[in-house]
Amino acid sequence: MELCDLPAHKLARLIRGRDISAVEAVESALARVEQVDGQPGSLEPGELSPEEARRVHAFITVSADRARSQAAAVDRQISAGEVPGPLAGVPFTVKDIFCVQGTPSTAGSRILANFVAPYTATPVRRMEAAGGVMLGKVNLDEFTFGSSNESSAFQPSPRNPWDPARVPGGSSGGSTAAVAAGEGQLSLGTDTAGSIRQPAAFCGVVGLKPTYGRVSRFGLIAFGSSLDCPGPVARDVTDAALMLQVIAGPDPFDSTAASVPVPDYVAALGAGLEERIRGLRIGLSPDYFRITFFDASTGELHEQPVSPEIESAILSTAGYLAEMGADIVEDVPMPHTRYGIPTFFVISRVEAASNLHRYDGVKYGYRTPDPVADLPEMYRKTRAQGFGLQPKLRILMGMYVSAAQYSEQYYNRALRVRTLIRRDFEQAFDPGGRYRLAALLTPTTPTPAFPIGAVYGDTVLMQYADQFTVPANHAGIPGLSLPVGFDPEGLPIGAQLLGPDYSEATLLQIGRAFELATEGKAWRSLRPTVLEMAS
Amino acid sequence: MTNEIDQETFAHLVRLAALELSPAEAEYLRQQLNNQLKAVQELAAIPLDPGTPVTLHGVPFTSETRPPIRVDEWVPFAHTEEILEQAPETEERHIVVPEIPHTELE
Repeated sequence: MELCDLPAHKLARLIRGRDISAVEAVESALARVEQVDGQPGSLEPGELSPEEARRVHAFITVSADRARSQAAAVDRQISAGEVPGPLAGVPFTVKDIFCVQGTPSTAGSRILANFVAPYTATPVRRMEAAGGVMLGKVNLDEFTFGSSNESSAFQPSPRNPWDPARVPGGSSGGSTAAVAAGEGQLSLGTDTAGSIRQPAAFCGVVGLKPTYGRVSRFGLIAFGSSLDCPGPVARDVTDAALMLQVIAGPDPFDSTAASVPVPDYVAALGAGLEERIRGLRIGLSPDYFRITFFDASTGELHEQPVSPEIESAILSTAGYLAEMGADIVEDVPMPHTRYGIPTFFVISRVEAASNLHRYDGVKYGYRTPDPVADLPEMYRKTRAQGFGLQPKLRILMGMYVSAAQYSEQYYNRALRVRTLIRRDFEQAFDPGGRYRLAALLTPTTPTPAFPIGAVYGDTVLMQYADQFTVPANHAGIPGLSLPVGFDPEGLPIGAQLLGPDYSEATLLQIGRAFELATEGKAWRSLRPTVLEMAS
Repeated sequence: MTNEIDQETFAHLVRLAALELSPAEAEYLRQQLNNQLKAVQELAAIPLDPGTPVTLHGVPFTSETRPPIRVDEWVPFAHTEEILEQAPETEERHIVVPEIPHTELE
């Protein structure tokens, strides 16, 4: 096993114990990038060769020099006898929706392709202060608007390391593909409708959407301000806990970062875990085992069960947790789950349209090179040439549903339906209620990773990929996706754990208990196809 | 189900959004917009108690969890050049834009 394949917590321990150096760790990760990633995403990609079609393409920018000098600094710190941070020497990547000083911060869009951030986002700054080493910026759907990464202006878009003909999911697809392929132990993603959890499920890694307000958004390029949550992408539950520990907590630069004490997430996974799992009530809801989606060609709603492989993987996960002593509570009603996507279509578009008005070619980013008569024409040409189809669509939708004559029918109604979605969870988690759940266990996604090109273009169907993840964003609650097995085609399946506000420690404990229960299972030692091909 | 947004309404939205679209882009985006609005119609059928409040963000911020308001202090930014370097066109540390339509006041 190479250093880049070790989990972050083990790697940091070896570096702190001087068994290996941080420079060795970063060289191992950079070598893996060289081996599997192929050409980085670019605005002028050219024709994709068959060889390149088998690569991961997670990165937009590899900042090798910056990573090497950070790693050397960690080694000097350790040699000087100073106590390094909990991420000492751990290579990580950052979704290119966060500002990092001195690096291109593109949002996967032509309109920010030349933008070099003058400051660093709080979660990135905290990871670097904890000894983490940033390898570079990874690809995403343009402005995070998508569930497959295909909408990025930077092509080729990332591919699924388990099958490069399939999407990695999105929008944090570059993050999850990189972590799955050993290109950095950790990645910082964001989740607005499932953008950490859905690609984590597709790529067979752990993804955590923290509670709204748990992690600062200072330096995050905004999409839906009432929904966006930065969070960890990691190879296992312990690493996700380690990373959350570092990035969580209040921040004077973000008034939505809540003043809630940060518990010791890593210690919560240690001694006494089994006792804490015993008697924990974990729910299953029939509303998370079927999907309802809108067929644009017929104008009708369709309901269909999730695939049998996904259903059996989730029930088997419940079985392992029951063996660990958890109480599985069946038939928990979550009747408003199906309204999550239509509600999201309204709320997120209004917020996106508002957040996208700032891109106008004046202070930063792209400006049209065409001759223009006046300022409004410069705005129009800049935005027409700088934005791809997805931002344009979201701006138009957001402006329509919030227009004075329609906002009661659409926007205000969606905000009230959001209350009903939140209530489903409040009732399920109410300690004095009928169900008294510590967590709800669901599939993360209705299907495993789909082929590149299979859904892209149908913006309605694409959005429904987030049906099981988006309710947590409406409700603000935390959600953890963890790998629980593979389908017959060798594609990863993810299970999702949802819990009350600020219950990340409990979700991580349940996830860790599942890891312990399935340690040594054959599927645990499977490696992504891209690694087998490379070796 | 009929399309809610006709070409005229769509053209108006495009102007308000400060965009310009090619005919092919406009056709695709208008169709997608109408499809999304059809999906949104599902919300109209949900029985809503008149007393159901709106939720602006899921997690309530209470007096304990809401961060205190910062002291309003002026702190100079150390890298102003890095900010100015991002502007597409500058002149003597001013950002330059094309002609702003205006009318002369008498």
